[in-house]
Amino acid sequence: METKILNTGNLPFCKGCGHHGIAQNTAKAIENMGLNILDVVFVTDIGCHGIIDKSLNAHTVHGLHGRSVALGAGVSMGLPENKKVIVFIGDGGATIGLQHILEAARLNVNLTVVVHNNFLYGMTGGQLSGLTPKGFNTIITPNGSPFGEHDICALVHTAGANYVSRVLGLGDFSSTIQKAIETPGFSLVEVMEICPSYGVKFNPKRKLQEIVEAANKPIKTWTNNREPFRFPERKIVNNLLEKTQTIEKLSVEKNLNKQIQVVLSGSAGEGVQLAATILCKAAVKHGYNITQKGTYPVTVGVGFSNAEVNISPNEIHFHGLSNPEYMIVTSQDGYDYSKKTMQNLSANSILFLDQSLPLPETKANVVVADFRSKGVKNAVITALFSFAKKTNVISTDTLKTILSEMNMLEKFPIVEIEKELAQ
Amino acid sequence: MNTIEKEVILDDSRVIMESLAQAGADTYIGYPITPSNAMYLYASQRFQYMLPAPDEISTLQYMSGLAAVGHLPVTATSFPGFALMLESINMAYMMELPMIIILTQRLGPATGTATAGAQGDVALLRGMISGGHPIPVVCPSSIEDCWELSAKAVQMAVKLRCPVVILSSKERANTNRNFDISKLKPIEPIKRTYHEGKDEYIPYKYNDSLVPEFLPVSNNEHQVRITASTHDQKGIIQHTNEEAMRNTVRLEMKINNYIDQHHFYYLNKKGSDTLVVSYGITANAAEEAVLKLEQQGKKVDFLIVKTLLPVASKINDIIHSYKKIVFAEDNINGQYAKIIFGDRLPNNVSFVGAIGKMLSPNEIIEGGKF
Repeated sequence: METKILNTGNLPFCKGCGHHGIAQNTAKAIENMGLNILDVVFVTDIGCHGIIDKSLNAHTVHGLHGRSVALGAGVSMGLPENKKVIVFIGDGGATIGLQHILEAARLNVNLTVVVHNNFLYGMTGGQLSGLTPKGFNTIITPNGSPFGEHDICALVHTAGANYVSRVLGLGDFSSTIQKAIETPGFSLVEVMEICPSYGVKFNPKRKLQEIVEAANKPIKTWTNNREPFRFPERKIVNNLLEKTQTIEKLSVEKNLNKQIQVVLSGSAGEGVQLAATILCKAAVKHGYNITQKGTYPVTVGVGFSNAEVNISPNEIHFHGLSNPEYMIVTSQDGYDYSKKTMQNLSANSILFLDQSLPLPETKANVVVADFRSKGVKNAVITALFSFAKKTNVISTDTLKTILSEMNMLEKFPIVEIEKELAQ
Repeated sequence: MNTIEKEVILDDSRVIMESLAQAGADTYIGYPITPSNAMYLYASQRFQYMLPAPDEISTLQYMSGLAAVGHLPVTATSFPGFALMLESINMAYMMELPMIIILTQRLGPATGTATAGAQGDVALLRGMISGGHPIPVVCPSSIEDCWELSAKAVQMAVKLRCPVVILSSKERANTNRNFDISKLKPIEPIKRTYHEGKDEYIPYKYNDSLVPEFLPVSNNEHQVRITASTHDQKGIIQHTNEEAMRNTVRLEMKINNYIDQHHFYYLNKKGSDTLVVSYGITANAAEEAVLKLEQQGKKVDFLIVKTLLPVASKINDIIHSYKKIVFAEDNINGQYAKIIFGDRLPNNVSFVGAIGKMLSPNEIIEGGKF
């Protein structure tokens, strides 16, 4: 079994690049810990740091620019704690994927992120990133970056990471990396470097330590002591289909010989969708096929609430609204939403309209009644009983059976509703 | 089969989620978006592993990481979320990771109308992988389809090591229907097979199936390398060498070959030389249109395409064998018709569409000029 993390002494980086030191110090940390190399997964992304993959004997996952922390988080979430996931990312990637880093810290995913902060995008020619210190020269800002930079360590610490440390990418910092890997939960090490190609070229006189100090980025460690991520234990249902209520069909004659549409229009919170469900269940009990769809504005708690129901003795193919046979309109919101549909109703159709609403221009037969008098939450159900009584598509007895099966019989003033209907 | 009838009321979202779970999908990563919220809710009740993601890019990245270590993840979204996922789906495609993405179509462009149905994302799906490679898309148009195609999608994802899209739309996913669930055939859960043996494991080495053997990243036997960049069989990044290019071409071939052998459609042949082609929600309207036409004494053949993409040779053969072809789709540009016939539809091919509403049977009858 291979025990060395690096399979070569000849790493693929430019001469003098700090990435050499990060790879070597990470390898040293892992070897010091005595980890089995197949218990280690490296997740890298786009940038010079990402070409390290081929030099590693551990598992390697090479993803999209800036997304490696989210990708590594996914890898880690699916693994037991003895597996170590290490993400290599650049300052450019950390800028793109800042939210991924903060999220992984918030969730405290078992993950070690090593940020290769050389103050610029090296692979694309030396452009500035969100971690480029103010005043640092880049190809895009030859007179110094006019912008301030993120303090990635402070951000990640605040987000809840268990271990965060900033080091200068010089000499032996393997113990810091080891501590990060050993700490359960999320850890991040920001390694400060100067890109020997573009950093040195545009900032010839500056030294790493001076740049870091000028940027007011302390070399230090931050810790939290939070529970590491675990996939939440969940109580799950065995079968979503079995969870739906079985409707036993009645052996009754079907009064319908063709498909009809019933539209229920009212206000949010007044039980329109519930009434549509009750109507559908009753229709299925009578042996019909149904479709049911609801429409409401994005703010579900206010405004109109509309339900379209198809009922048919035959198979229902198209379920879209054509010209409904029946409409129930119980509030001004519903009236406004369905005005055009009411106007287009044919002479054979019936509109059940609350008495508080104006009579629309329509050819339909209009049944005006005081549906809202028993409370606004009872208006649609009251209208539904009226619909059942008048049309015989379903019976009021079936409505009551359905309500009873849904443990909702007590919820509505059924006796009163029926008494009124009898009059 | 002598089963007891179990008549229930349910929507496609519920059936898709149950089918995926029974077929072996074990993980759901969720980000809420209309009209896929019901799926997220059902998944939260059903999947062994469920996690909310902070955005759709993270969703796909979490899924990819989990798929890399052996999970079989699922998510559901609509165009705005899917657009964010696109690069990451390309990544999973290149890495060869199995997963299921349900795309519930709504009216675009952009945010469009979240609660209006549409079939406007088919052209996007056809070209969503850079390089023009195909990605498998199945499209249910009934409860039975939701049940069977979702399970097949899981099989496809695992056998092909590839993301698979289940294409739905608001009007199917969120509409309740009565259905006798005792009619649904039992689903065999997928058995994952892994590379075995002590010899060196080469992550992207393949045999005649063109699909490399899977081994979870982090397994204790062999080093595994996966990458989104152009790579050789060992998973080492390459520029454009011959081995790497063969590998990239293979990604296209493995899917085309598989879909030519494993695809689903419904063809109702009446001996007509006219064919109505539809899919998803519009297939319901088209079916009614065909029935009405028959009542008027006009027989037309009817094709529902269920494995929408890539277009299987067989489906191309069927469509091209007719003298007159009418496509019915809930969009204004005939996206599927143009995938089959190109941007300028031939004179014998027409298309009936709609925007902001469901295309109706009567519109198909009038627009098709039968």
